[in-house]
Amino acid sequence: MTGHGNESRELAPAQELESLDELWFQVGGTLCNLSCNHCFISCHPGNDTFGFLSLETVRKYLRESEKLGVREYYFTGGEPFLNRDMMQILEETLSIGPATVLTNGTVFTPASIRRLRDISQASSYSLELRVSIDGYNPQTNDPIRGEGTFKQAIRGVRMLVQAGFLPIITIAQTWAEEDGPGVFDSFVETLKATGYERPRIKILPTLHLGMEEERTRPYSRSERISAEMMENYDSSQLLCSRGRTVTDRGVAVCPLLIEAPDAHLGETLEEADRAFRLSHGACHTCYVYGAICSNVGGWGVD
Amino acid sequence: MNASNQEQAALIGGIYSNHLALEAALTDISSRNIGSIYCLGDLGAFGPHPDRIYPLLKAHSVKTLSGNYDDSLARNLPDCQCGYTDPRDNHFARLSYQYTYRNTSEENRSWLRTLPGEIRFELAGRKVLLCHGSPRRQNEFLWDSTTPDHFLEKFCDDYQADIIAVTHTGIKWKRRLPSGRLFVNVGVLGRPENDGSRRVWYAVLRGKKDRVTSEFIPVNYDAERLALEMREEELPEEFAETIESGWWTTCLEILPEKERRAGRY
Repeated sequence: MTGHGNESRELAPAQELESLDELWFQVGGTLCNLSCNHCFISCHPGNDTFGFLSLETVRKYLRESEKLGVREYYFTGGEPFLNRDMMQILEETLSIGPATVLTNGTVFTPASIRRLRDISQASSYSLELRVSIDGYNPQTNDPIRGEGTFKQAIRGVRMLVQAGFLPIITIAQTWAEEDGPGVFDSFVETLKATGYERPRIKILPTLHLGMEEERTRPYSRSERISAEMMENYDSSQLLCSRGRTVTDRGVAVCPLLIEAPDAHLGETLEEADRAFRLSHGACHTCYVYGAICSNVGGWGVD
Repeated sequence: MNASNQEQAALIGGIYSNHLALEAALTDISSRNIGSIYCLGDLGAFGPHPDRIYPLLKAHSVKTLSGNYDDSLARNLPDCQCGYTDPRDNHFARLSYQYTYRNTSEENRSWLRTLPGEIRFELAGRKVLLCHGSPRRQNEFLWDSTTPDHFLEKFCDDYQADIIAVTHTGIKWKRRLPSGRLFVNVGVLGRPENDGSRRVWYAVLRGKKDRVTSEFIPVNYDAERLALEMREEELPEEFAETIESGWWTTCLEILPEKERRAGRY
């Protein structure tokens, strides 16, 4: 089950691509060294539903993106750093624009960190590293992300910080609403204790797709965007109004919906420049929280 | 050297109620034989006594466009539309906006309603476009480290400009594009640019033959007096600290990696 029932597609409002600002690359496919139980595309070591993107494929889309005026590049998976071309991909991307990598932080080595630091320093553009950690200690993190992953990810964060990076710690909100402020403070405390003095933190809602659909619940039928809801709504909050995602099967509307057949819009960025019907439950999450995938945007604790 | 005043324009960005820096900048501009002065918006925010800005702008015939703050005040909106998305950033943005709104007269708010969203003029035969955040969005943040050349070239094509100047981020930068066109973020007069120095900045455009160049000009002013006024007005201590130390203490989450790393907090 992928949770992509879209019986209401004909009624759902259509969203145009207003400007292609963010180009996402599903550079790790659905392959990951971890098997988190809230993963919205069910990544794990044996899931090759989507494969790695090759350097050649990334180059082809980078070239096309320059003509279209793309503003920033994002790399996700799976785990991007399992892709052996990743460093070269980042180096070439950072020669033309800013790059962000969404990583689980567990596969860094001293050599790969040095390489990342060199790549970052050689570019005038920002290299952002977003490290996913879902609890502020092993007791809260490991049940979701796997045994020993808290320790591994914190080690990754420490290495990044020592190399001069300011990683954005990205946390999926799996706790109760009322616990929010306490959890946030605990994260800050944990990160400071690892030597990260000015932690950057981004909190995201979970998406009721893939593994998360089984861990908690699927989207309900009422969690859909209606035409009425789009009236006076700032559509720039929806990633599909300003982004597209390259997979090893062509260009999809966004990184969340790659498993939905209707999300695949074409082979080239130009072909993928067409309206998308906001018929999915995940569209509703994006609508409510706004720009959840981008570095800037999304949701935190007030 | 000695370009005639018609071939020079001073561009001042976000004033953020820093009337002392504005006064110092206007005095400096007057001494440079510069023909026109343009303000790229955000007159209020952050600093004390927002109404002190307006007479200065009028006395020096500063051609002013509307920033997100000005638009919010003009339309009595509940927030500053700064474009922050992190709750910690929004907390301080809210305090700042509430103070500024309370202390901006109805007369000045109605003057803000008359401001254009962009200004265009020609310099040395080149088309100059001034706006607040970006040509397409008043509150878009254009940082040096997250704005590619090809993205700016597209703005120049789409908005038919040879020179685009903006403010909004609070940190100045400029880039000569591969096509020869020019992009300038003029910085702000309102607060220091997170470099540990108290000085603030504006920009001068100069046209010669068919080429336009730009220069950033530092402005020193009585920062201690401003910080004192801020404390007297009971603005957040964090704001006064920034004025005195030159380091940003709030609204940091919006910064990209390189710009954040350059600061202290």
